[in-house]
Amino acid sequence: MSSDVINTKRSKKQAAGPYGRVGKAINELDERLGVAKGGRTFMDKIFPDHWSFMLGEIALYSFVILLATGIFLTLYYIPSTALVTYHGSYLPLDGQRVTQAFASTVNLSFAVRAGLLMRQMHHWACDIFVGSIVVHMARVFFTGAFRKPRELNWTIGTTLLILAIANGFLGYSLPDDLVSGTGIRIAYSIILSIPLVGSYLAFWVFGGNFPGTAVIPRFFILHVLIIPLIIIGLVGAHLFLLVRQKHTQFPGKGRTEKNVVGTPMFPVFMAKTTGFLFVVSGVTALLGAFAQINPIWQFGPYTASRISYAVQPDWYMGFLDGALRIWPSWSFHSFGYTIPFEVFIPAVVLPGLLFNIAYVWPALERKFTNDHALHNLLDRPSDRPKRTAAGVAVLTLLGMLFIASSTDVIANFFRLPLNEVLWAMRILCIVSPFIAYPVTYLICKEVQAVKGGGKRKTANIVTRTTEGEYVATPAPKYIDDEHQELDATPVPIYIVETPEETGTGGVRTAPR
Amino acid sequence: MSDHDELRTPVSLQGLKADDPHLQPLAKNPDLVERVIAVTLFLGVVLVAAFGACYWVNAKPWTLGATMGGGLFFLGVGLIAWGKYLMPRGPFVEERHELATSEEDRNAMAAAIVERGGGMVQRRKLLGGLLGGGLGIFGIVAIFPLLRSLGPLPKGTLFSTDWKKGTYLVDITGRRISVGEMAVGSIVTVYPEGQQNTDRGQAVDQTVLIRVSNENFTTQKGRETWAPSGYVAYSKLCTHLGCPVGLYEQELQLLVCPCHQSMFNVTNGAIPQFGPAPRPLPQLPLYIDSAGYLRSQKGFDQPVGPGFWERS
Repeated sequence: MSSDVINTKRSKKQAAGPYGRVGKAINELDERLGVAKGGRTFMDKIFPDHWSFMLGEIALYSFVILLATGIFLTLYYIPSTALVTYHGSYLPLDGQRVTQAFASTVNLSFAVRAGLLMRQMHHWACDIFVGSIVVHMARVFFTGAFRKPRELNWTIGTTLLILAIANGFLGYSLPDDLVSGTGIRIAYSIILSIPLVGSYLAFWVFGGNFPGTAVIPRFFILHVLIIPLIIIGLVGAHLFLLVRQKHTQFPGKGRTEKNVVGTPMFPVFMAKTTGFLFVVSGVTALLGAFAQINPIWQFGPYTASRISYAVQPDWYMGFLDGALRIWPSWSFHSFGYTIPFEVFIPAVVLPGLLFNIAYVWPALERKFTNDHALHNLLDRPSDRPKRTAAGVAVLTLLGMLFIASSTDVIANFFRLPLNEVLWAMRILCIVSPFIAYPVTYLICKEVQAVKGGGKRKTANIVTRTTEGEYVATPAPKYIDDEHQELDATPVPIYIVETPEETGTGGVRTAPR
Repeated sequence: MSDHDELRTPVSLQGLKADDPHLQPLAKNPDLVERVIAVTLFLGVVLVAAFGACYWVNAKPWTLGATMGGGLFFLGVGLIAWGKYLMPRGPFVEERHELATSEEDRNAMAAAIVERGGGMVQRRKLLGGLLGGGLGIFGIVAIFPLLRSLGPLPKGTLFSTDWKKGTYLVDITGRRISVGEMAVGSIVTVYPEGQQNTDRGQAVDQTVLIRVSNENFTTQKGRETWAPSGYVAYSKLCTHLGCPVGLYEQELQLLVCPCHQSMFNVTNGAIPQFGPAPRPLPQLPLYIDSAGYLRSQKGFDQPVGPGFWERS
């Protein structure tokens, strides 16, 4: 036993200062990098508590899943169109001449441990990724979160959606199965349809006339390296701007343009969001386990002269496919040249127009509303009826185009003539946005007209007098109803409004 | 005002004492909540371990997904509940600082650019011009790979197929088609002999051969000799987007493209009867040689497949 006092645990602890090893590590770091102040501010960053802020998180986490499962898949996938004879564990294909891309995809599904699970998770995560981006974007649009000062982040987000769709299509093409090969064929023809330069572009992308020599290796490197790198960079910029400009928030008790109310980054938000990462991963894994997706061994390898019936692309390409189906066969031939409008307009002009409208929308709105102020408080959709109606109209059009991508399935299922279904979809696509706009507009106006809409109503107390007469008297007012200057959104229930002595809507601090 | 209401007013996180009510758990009964969360996390731990076991023994794929998915799900739900109910209840408020800096700063930056730039760069017009010229030329050179290596230039390849005068029609196995072998109403995909296994044969030359009758058949004026003994041949590439026109509706004598439902009438020269396809399928003129084999009189009289700019 040592009698040396200096070496006892307690004296060591005292020597290390009140925060022990953590404190020491921070000292060392801060002396070199000066991280303590910024780190503290970052841990104190406040995240508003509203469910709609979770949508972007779904997108982020499904992208994390895509990266993780995608790295797994690259270890087994071979991006080559060299022909091999398949002799794997899937017997129905035994002895068939297939490309290495197809054979390696079937092999990683059946012969690699957890390979099928990883592949299905990857595909599901992609569908969730694009879906959550779209819903997140709709949230940002309808609440006006894109307004100044956040226009740049809206632009980055729109670009991310385009990249996500493009990379989804590229990844879908890689197994070189019959269905995805048909998709590549269609993509080739779409590029070909561009006036003036279409044939050159198509030859450069595919390395020659269809099917070309280079499409699988080129799509592979685009899919696993180039586009993901751009996405990672833009996601980083998206999040950096989010921290730099701080979150928007719905109006409500104690919330102003000059503050953010919610829960801090550490530990509350970090616990919740890490848990949410696990939940998103868990749900994706369960989907990968129980919901079959893209069983390429049933479709077989791609052969240019074969085709499958009643095939729809992944959901995010549906609107393009639907537009191609219902657009009339208007082709332009003159002066020795052809413009294939029947392809160029629905497959190039339409998406180009939609995404460009998205890009310029913040500027358009600034111009038409003449609103150049900075906005940190969100709109309720009903308070901006024109914007909301426009958004709903576009979503309605996209929804109709999506339905139109299944005209053959609808006709079969309901035993209807195909041309009636086609004409119905043509009419619906044109008419429904024009119905959606005024209907949405009127609903917004109605919601606005309801006094105290979105708030708890004041109850009546009905009493019976001794004579048997019923008398209704207003119940004592809730404390909430006194608060008037910020009467916009439903207030999350944990923030109960209290009368403001100052009447300025400023932040009250609890007495200590 | 009750203590309860006081709690729900947002306060700044900075400077709160450890015993501030805003830092207390949200749950009314933290001990119970802790037990529930513990059970959830325990389930997660068990399932994640089970995932390891399943992976080790190479169990069925769905067991891998079920254990991993369930494990992550329960761990996640437990962690979220921990954060939501047992961590500081808040709400907290953070002041927003104006991002814009002062006008002086802006002017200083603009001045730095304009004055230094004006002084150092604008006066040296020659140097600037040379540098710009070099970068401009490099930018143009950077396009060269498109023209020289990314792919061949289209030239005439989109206009031609491998169907020539006298080419034998063969099926996918390379067997020549003779006049007696197909019944009326049957259909087969044919290729120019020698191209049945090539990429180009599959993708460009593919042609459908349909026997519509026993007699010589005329699909359109001027094509009287094109379909001997009722054998009609059309390019199999849809004129809309180039999918194979793979469905044959025998009763209506329609070729249907499964991609976007364009329909072509076999009997009248494959004029599109329905759907987005803008042009008829090009017809391949056939003849029957002395040995009874089907051969092409000549190639297609127009480019096959979807439209493009240079197509007249």
